[in-house]
Parts: sequence; C-alpha cells; structure tokens
Amino acid sequence: MASILKVKNLVTKFHTVDGVVNAVNDVSFLLEDGETLAIVGESGSGKSVSMMSIMGLLPMPPAKVEGGQALFNSKDGPVDLIQLPYEAMSDIRGGQIGFVFQDPGTSLNPILTIGKQISETLIRHLGISGREAKDKTVSLLAEVGIPDPTLRFDAFPFQLSGGMRQRVMIAIAVACAPRIVIADEPTTALDVTIQAQIVNLFKELRVKMGVSTIWITHDLGLVAGLADRVLVMYAGQILESAQVDELYENPKHPYTIGLLGALPRLDTQESKRLVSIDGTPPDSTILIHHCPFAWRCAHAFERCWNEKPALTTVGEKHTVACFYAMEEGR
Amino acid sequence: MRAQPLLRVNDLKKHFYIPTGLFGQETIEVKAVDGVSFDLNAGETLGLVGESGCGKSTTGRTVLKLYRPTSGNVFFDEKDITSIPGEELNKLRTRIQMVFQDPYASLNPRHTVKTIVSEPLVIHGLMKGAELDERVKELMELVGLNPSYMKRFPHEFSGGQRQRIMIARALSVNPDFVVCDEPISALDVSIQAQVVNLLQNLQERLGVAYLFIAHDLSMVKHISHRIAVMYLGKIVELAGRHEIFDNPLHPYTQSLTSAVPIPSPKMERKRQRIILKGEPPSPANPPKGCVFHPRCPIARDICKTEVPQIAEVQPGHFAACHFAGTPIQDT
Repeated sequence: MASILKVKNLVTKFHTVDGVVNAVNDVSFLLEDGETLAIVGESGSGKSVSMMSIMGLLPMPPAKVEGGQALFNSKDGPVDLIQLPYEAMSDIRGGQIGFVFQDPGTSLNPILTIGKQISETLIRHLGISGREAKDKTVSLLAEVGIPDPTLRFDAFPFQLSGGMRQRVMIAIAVACAPRIVIADEPTTALDVTIQAQIVNLFKELRVKMGVSTIWITHDLGLVAGLADRVLVMYAGQILESAQVDELYENPKHPYTIGLLGALPRLDTQESKRLVSIDGTPPDSTILIHHCPFAWRCAHAFERCWNEKPALTTVGEKHTVACFYAMEEGR
Repeated sequence: MRAQPLLRVNDLKKHFYIPTGLFGQETIEVKAVDGVSFDLNAGETLGLVGESGCGKSTTGRTVLKLYRPTSGNVFFDEKDITSIPGEELNKLRTRIQMVFQDPYASLNPRHTVKTIVSEPLVIHGLMKGAELDERVKELMELVGLNPSYMKRFPHEFSGGQRQRIMIARALSVNPDFVVCDEPISALDVSIQAQVVNLLQNLQERLGVAYLFIAHDLSMVKHISHRIAVMYLGKIVELAGRHEIFDNPLHPYTQSLTSAVPIPSPKMERKRQRIILKGEPPSPANPPKGCVFHPRCPIARDICKTEVPQIAEVQPGHFAACHFAGTPIQDT
C-alpha cells in the first residue's frame, strides 16, 4: 500500500509568557492510502496540535513549527505541507484534505446558512457556479443524512442540533472528495446514540469514497470498532503504534496497558478494581531528555531516566518506545 | 423483610417555567423531571444514566432540594425533606452532600484547600481550632492528597486533584448519602480510574450511599449496584447492573447498551448495533403518549396515545414500556 501522508520528526512549540511549551516532540508516522488511523491520547498529549501543525491551522505566534516534514501525496505530486506557502496551502485545505472539528457548536459560522457554508467550499475549490454548487450541496446534505435537505439549505447553525451540525461539518469536509479527512474528536460533544449514528456515517462514507482518515480521540473504546491502526501519544510523543487487533490484544507499552486497564468493560461479569495510572502527565514546559512516562511507570529502571527510548519494531507493524518492553521482547 | 431504604423518592417532578414572548408575558413549561420514583439503600450505589437534557442532573439536585420540587416527595431516613422546615433540613444536610461535575467551576478560586474542605464543618458549627485542622489533614489523607498542600489554592491543582478536594469537602461531615453529578466526565481516562477507585474504596470504608449520575454507561455499570435509565424526564428502566446490560427490557435501553463501544476490536466486529433514528425531542414539547415513541423501532398505535407506567416486569426489574421485553429485530 502506498502512503499518502508521511510525517517526519515534527516539532511544535508554543512560546508563551510562562515559558516554552513543548507540545509536539519529534513525531513521525505514515498514513497509508485508504486506511483509518486513530491517534489516541489524553488532553495535552499533542494529538490535536500535531494535526493542526500539519494543516497550518495554529496561531503563529505563539505557536511555532520548529522542525519536521509532512509529505503529502497531492493530486499534483508530493508536497511538504510544512513548507507550503499560504496560497497553495489554502488550495489543499478543504479541497484535498478535509477537517472535522470537535465542537460543531463553535466551528460553524453562526451568521451564515449551512447551505452557504457548504457551497462556499465547493465554489472555492471546484470553481463551479453558485447554482451548480447549490445542487451539489443539497445532494451532499442528503448524503450525510440530513432530512429535508432542500429546506435545510437555508437553515442557520443554531436551528440544528449538535448531531445535525456535526453532519454539516462532515459534509463540508468531504464536499470536494478529499484524499484525507482529519477528524478531531468528532463525537466527543455528542450523546451515545448520536455518536453511534456519526460513527456509522463515517464508515459508510469511507466505503463510498475510499478516503483515508485520521481520527483523533481519547476514547479507546470507540477506536476498537473504527480504526485499522492506532498511534498512542503521550507528552507530545508517540509511545506505541500497531494494527488495531494487535494493540488491544498485545499492548507493549506500560502506558497503553494502563489506559486499557483503566477502562471498565461491559463484556465481563467480574467487578475488579480498575487499574489506575498513578500521578499526572509531566509539565510540558520542561524539555524531557528521558522517557516521558518514567514518573508514572511501575517498570521504570535506570536507563529510562537517562535516555529517551526511540520507537523500535517489536512485531509486524508494531513499534514501541520503551526500554522495558524491548528488554522483555528479547 | 429488608430494612427501610435510606432514600425513597416518590413521583418527583420538577418543572421549569421559561418566560418567552416580547415582554416575557408567556411562559413555556419545561418538564425536566416528570414523575421519578426510586429507592436507595444505605451503602448502595444507584447509577442514573441518560443523554444530555434527560433530567438526570435536575433529579440529583431536586433530591437534595437544591431545586424546590414542583410535586412529589423525597423521604430521607423517613423524613420528607420536601416539607420539613428549614432548620431541620439544615441539620439533615450534614448527612447529605454533593460532588459536582466541573472541578474547575465549583471550587472558590480565592479560598485555600483548607477553607474549602472545612467549610461544611464550620457552617454546621461542628468543629473549630486544632480539632478542625486535624480533621482537614485526615480528610486530605483519606482522598490521597498530601496534607501539606492545605494552604494552597485550587489553581495549583490538576483536574483529578480538584475532584479529590471536592470529595474531601463532601465527606467532611460524615454523610450517609452523596449525590455525585458526573464526577469524572471532565477528567482524562487514567485519572477517571483513580477517582472511581477512590469513590469505591471510600464506600467500603465509610458505608456511604451514592447516587452516581453519568452518561458513560460502562463506568456506571462498573461502579453501581443498580442502574436507572432516564429519557426525557422519566425513568424508563431500573434494574440490577448486570440485569440491565444482559437483559434490557426497554427498547431505549436496548439501543443504548448496544451503542456503547467495547474496547476490543474482535467484539466490536461481531456486535449487532441498534442505531436509533433521530434525536431526543425537546423536554419543552414532549411527544404525546410514550415519550420515546417517535424514535422507537417497535412502537405501535397504543404508544402514540397512552403513557406507559413503570411496572415491575420481573422481580426487581422495572420498565416503562407497553411492549417491555420485545426484542428489536435487525433494522
């Protein structure tokens, strides 16, 4: 399978009055054509910031992408998204790469109708007329499951529920048949039954359009039924990466094992205590030169405090950044 | 016969009146809680689940009389707290406490941890001086905070630590009953497990009863003994925690339990999901008959006209549905 996005050594920092926040520390990964990649991590782990860095969506300053590459296999050949000038980036954003944000309440323009907001994307990227765009918008609304699309074309965001607004966001993201859709916690603000609807919609669109998806989330339960491959992030770094079955059955990093143990399971009858990970994530203003998880890790030994573990292959498409897991694997 | 329950809620209603119109002459009636009944035994945890706007938080607050109920009764230890005079209610308040959802908004940023944790004791005039200091230290140790942080302010703590401060405050007066309103939903997964374990350990040690309000079904199943499912101001099903997941009788519960993700890719591929159509209606304008009928996959004509009453369909298993127990065919 060919890769469609290749991120190498991405480093992003925020220069604030309280010091330099090391949000993304040397992140590298591949997105393969047609796959759904989940990036899992807790708040502040850098999962959103790394995606926003790639898309050039961070306010600069205070943010600064200090290094790295993001090679995107665009329609006109490979480009480095980090180095791309503003105009060229605007062509790609919304056209070849769609973005679905977490909160549909704040990411739609409250004073424009949803029809206008979707056609805007179509007109900008496909260069079609207003009339054509309206027809296409109506069929897009129908496709994402909005009832009475002709009527809803003129609705304002406040007239729609959270689930409906998220459907509008998805319509905007897929309007121009993008190669990649990045979805940043798209169901976190929604109720369980609505979440199930949206996840289903994503699965349908994926089959229909064959689009590659990056799904950012903190919910390991959701990922199990959705992703092909998973990256686990912590303190701005990737700690583990594996195919979804492998990760859940054979997690290697103590953090991944801890996260899975912290989840209550509906499928068991026993009521054991949850495995909790003691402590809290490190302060991101400190530049860490050893394993960032060492403070909270039960297996940490001397080496973990002296050097930073690099991602090492431990199985087929399974990499982990942990000295303990590597020793154990030998 | 079992002993009397600690808390008995009987047909509790809380309706809000929202002014509308140009000068607010007209009002809309929102039936946030519309006839809720349940029991809670000493040392027990009852989980209250439902989607946003279903009235679960309002129920929690009305039970504590933070909202004045529109009608219905709440018996705490055989006393009806909806009608007892204020002074007596105040005394009862030492036995009833609450942990709020947002650990950022519910701690006074200008008070030290000591002031916050000791406030209930001071208000009820239970302790002062050295004894109070001792008690605060003890409470902080109980919830896993370093007592030397007593003089610090809330902003110096993380979300999980703030939730511990809130739990310490609630436990300061040795309550018999604590309402936990979404105590973990603002926290990260690894921290959630810490707080849930703490709540369970404290229940074992102190025998406190919880009304645990949350929308995360797997966490509710983990911590509760029994679970009540709410939809649009009403309890639609109430049963033991395993019972409600293994044998859900109400079609809403059936779809809800099938929609909860399981952290196992193999299980997820095998599962049959019941995906509901549409969204919950507004409590200001609830549908006639059974409130769930517009989304219900098995609704028939009677559901559109007659409100189903909650009934004990199986021993200890209550459901409010004309066709309780009818399996939903694959849609």
